Amino acid sequence: MNHFPEAWGRPRDDVYGSYDRSVFGHDAAGPTQHTQQPIVTGTSVVALKFKDGVVIAADNLASYGSLARFNDVERLRQVGTHTIVGASGDVSDMQFLYEKQLENLIIAEDYQEDGHGLRAKHIYSYLSRVMYHRRSKMDPLWNVLLVAGWDDGKPFLASADLLGTTFSSPALASGFGAHLAVPLLRRIAPDEASVANITREQAIKTIEECMKVLFYRDARSMNKYTMAIVTGKEGTNDEPDIEIQKDVSLKQQSWKFAEKIRGYGAQTV
Amino acid sequence: MFRNNYDNDSVTFSPQGRIFQVEYALEAIKQGSAAVGLVSKTHAVLVALKRNAEELGSYQKKIIGIDSHLGIALAGLAPDARVLSNFMRSQSMSSRLLYNRPIPVSRVVNAIADKAQVNTQHYGRRPYGVGLLVAGVDETGPHLWEFQPSGMVLEYRGTAIGARSQSARTYLERNFESFENASKEELVLHGLKALRDSLAQDKELTTLNVSLAVVGIGKNFKLYDGDEVAEWLEKLGDTTSSRGGGARPSAADAPAGGAPVTTGDTEAGAMDTSE
Repeated sequence: MNHFPEAWGRPRDDVYGSYDRSVFGHDAAGPTQHTQQPIVTGTSVVALKFKDGVVIAADNLASYGSLARFNDVERLRQVGTHTIVGASGDVSDMQFLYEKQLENLIIAEDYQEDGHGLRAKHIYSYLSRVMYHRRSKMDPLWNVLLVAGWDDGKPFLASADLLGTTFSSPALASGFGAHLAVPLLRRIAPDEASVANITREQAIKTIEECMKVLFYRDARSMNKYTMAIVTGKEGTNDEPDIEIQKDVSLKQQSWKFAEKIRGYGAQTV
Repeated sequence: MFRNNYDNDSVTFSPQGRIFQVEYALEAIKQGSAAVGLVSKTHAVLVALKRNAEELGSYQKKIIGIDSHLGIALAGLAPDARVLSNFMRSQSMSSRLLYNRPIPVSRVVNAIADKAQVNTQHYGRRPYGVGLLVAGVDETGPHLWEFQPSGMVLEYRGTAIGARSQSARTYLERNFESFENASKEELVLHGLKALRDSLAQDKELTTLNVSLAVVGIGKNFKLYDGDEVAEWLEKLGDTTSSRGGGARPSAADAPAGGAPVTTGDTEAGAMDTSE
């Protein structure tokens, strides 16, 4: 008797011959396999609304497991005139979204030349549909997306993930940032009403602080990141000013706290 | 049997450079009863004259709502209009589902224009036998488009299609300058007056034969039919054509403004079962 349970109930090779892999056609490797897990990954994206816009940031690291594999990956992308999208999770799925889906979407939209360009909420709706569609095919795009921009005369910020879940908040962060950055962001943006009291400078400072804390605590992060600031004109859908700062370095790091950490590493006590 | 050798299909040009099947389709619009459309800075209005095939029959629907910001009025083959309006509804729906955006009026109009044009370029197909007025509101304000089976679409401040529609257009041409700043009520009354001018002698506007729709910035497309039209006809007052004839004794009046009555009128009152 064959004692390996995985063979039970299957046709025996010694009776029926080995499995005919030619049924898969040219791809004899086996049936189509959908994504089981992310491979090369990006970590947190953090974003915060302020009175006249949104700040969004993500570092430039793409990890291969715990290996810091690529340190020049751009995870924020401007889509159209009103929107910045940030992606964490699988980098190849992010590239597919950015370079195939969104690029073609914007090209097709621009060809119309009728002044009805897609704004932040439209891009967000589209992305959430794509994410939900892919999960329904049991072949998800393994990302959490933050969509930041300007719409309906006010700042826009919302999230869509690999399950098709959607929600919005004045302060959002994906990945590790959802645990480490969101509490910091909520100190100044506890609710939608508080956004009116947050200045651009305050928002930028808070996001910078979050990126620093994330670099301290998140072992899949790095000290170089990209930050985008969308600033619109209140009450209008005029094209907002989008400032993208690349290769920003963390300032004023202090690792003093590390000395007090006990329980792992090379300590003898 | 055939008028000529060049009208058997819609892909063959005549030596004069015409495509007869397409021209016949444009004629089919003129067989249908009149529909009028006009826009102000804030509203778009459709007004149409309904016909019943026989005394005991119901009246043919002339105005079809597409979405909460969009609707059409038709003249010509009603079944063809249904095909087009179903298509517009699905386009409208997918825009809302995919982009969370009410479809821009020009986009949905260009979509049916492309569909209609394809029919003029394939052997074994025929052009749609219907003309449409598309009224809607999007982020760039209220719009009125005319669609023709040739695949042509044009945007207007006011226009009319269908039987005797030249008289309605004449009214619109004389009054269009006051449309821009008109209120919703004024705009509807202009529409009714234009439609009234397209009436045949001894006909009048009634709650049975008038359909009317209004859409405005921030105001959903609203169709007035049957008894709902009564309030508008009351505001209008005289429901017979002011172009002479009808119930009024002022039959001797020259056609308003003394302009010669032109082509559109000539096939008026044509017997037809097209709607």
